[in-house]
Amino acid sequence: MDTTVTNATTGKVWGGGTQPMGASYGKLMIWFFILSDALTFSGFLVSYGFSRFKFLDIWPIADEVFTHVPFFHGNFPMYYVAFMTFILIMSSVTMVLAVDAGHHMKQSKVAMYMFLTVIGGGIFVGSQAWEWGTFIKGSYGAVETRGGRILQFVDAETGHQVALADFATHFETDRVQHEAKNGIWFESESAGTTYRLEEVIAGVQSHENILVRTETINSEGKKTILDRSESLDILNQAVGVVEGANLIHNEYGHRLFADFFFFITGFHGFHVFSGVMINLIIFFNVLLGTYEKRGHYEMVEKVGLYWHFVDLVWVFVFTFFYLV
Amino acid sequence: MAQEHNLAIFRGTIKFKNNVQKIWGVLIFLSIVTTIEVILGIIKPDFLVYTNFLHMKLLNWIFIFLTIVKAYYITWDFMHMRDEKGSLKKAVVWTSVFLILYLTALLLIEGNYIHDVYQDGFVKWDF
Repeated sequence: MDTTVTNATTGKVWGGGTQPMGASYGKLMIWFFILSDALTFSGFLVSYGFSRFKFLDIWPIADEVFTHVPFFHGNFPMYYVAFMTFILIMSSVTMVLAVDAGHHMKQSKVAMYMFLTVIGGGIFVGSQAWEWGTFIKGSYGAVETRGGRILQFVDAETGHQVALADFATHFETDRVQHEAKNGIWFESESAGTTYRLEEVIAGVQSHENILVRTETINSEGKKTILDRSESLDILNQAVGVVEGANLIHNEYGHRLFADFFFFITGFHGFHVFSGVMINLIIFFNVLLGTYEKRGHYEMVEKVGLYWHFVDLVWVFVFTFFYLV
Repeated sequence: MAQEHNLAIFRGTIKFKNNVQKIWGVLIFLSIVTTIEVILGIIKPDFLVYTNFLHMKLLNWIFIFLTIVKAYYITWDFMHMRDEKGSLKKAVVWTSVFLILYLTALLLIEGNYIHDVYQDGFVKWDF
């Protein structure tokens, strides 16, 4: 069969040791993993877009949802997410510096930059946990109608949202939380909300300056505020108080917004977390001199690709969740 | 390993002396883009919000454009795609761009259709 192949270059290609696309096996595979993971993320983000287009005129306005910064009180839309974005980009920079130091076989420099990358990732995951906590806890409270619409309360003069605690009337009640130990063992109920529906409604009735804000976005791109009589009228449709957000109820608006928030930022946060773990392993390997013995730091480069990808995804999540 | 790096960005307008310098240069560029995004997101200039372009606010198109710019520089310089062979670039970028555009187009059109059904059709969902 040796007569069939006469071309010199073909012989070189088939002789072994040739890397397709000029990249090593590991690098090629991490690129294809990133490609498939990118498609997964785009599936999530596009389904977010689908639901948003479906409920375009009642979708929550992100600027009004994410307004908190740790240790500060007040209304700071976007600042904290912008900070998180910078942290992630910075940790991407330290990662790529680690890769560069690896190319020059500088063990201690690689270790230092890997360590900084891990720190950056840790700060990011911590920030995300804080953001989740704030979102779950909620800030103002709202009531939900039978149709699942959210009614929020605003001050008639300022137009700013008012917390339930600021106007709800307190009624004495002897209603206690039903716990499993007091009855049939499998029946119990959750703690319930701080204010009951009748307390909130009585509060609105007794405070002339409280108006209801619906989810509907008006032509100016703002949520519609009802007048006093409409406000009192629409409260007849309310079925419950919502404080904070979870997968079923969301005081900020449409529940799908909360679902997608938990799902997409959660999936991304999981990627960051696993990235930090992998970076830690590589960091210790660098300290142990594994790559020094191997003669190259390609492993740092491959992990770096994953880490940059996590940053890349965050760029998109940032745009589609917080900006657009 | 790709020891030799392509050190020019912006189509060769800026050329860095070494790879580390290029990394910091790209970081500065990405930071500027992010700052512009954040400032626009906080101010929301009226003329960008109320101008519609292809069914979307002009501001949102700007955000999406800036995001893609950022994604390009993260992939090309941080992930060193600039130094890879053309075949690898195409295998990754064309595949993802085509599939993502396809998926986005389909789902957004469908989402918009359902929105119209809720609004103009006989389905009552806000009861």
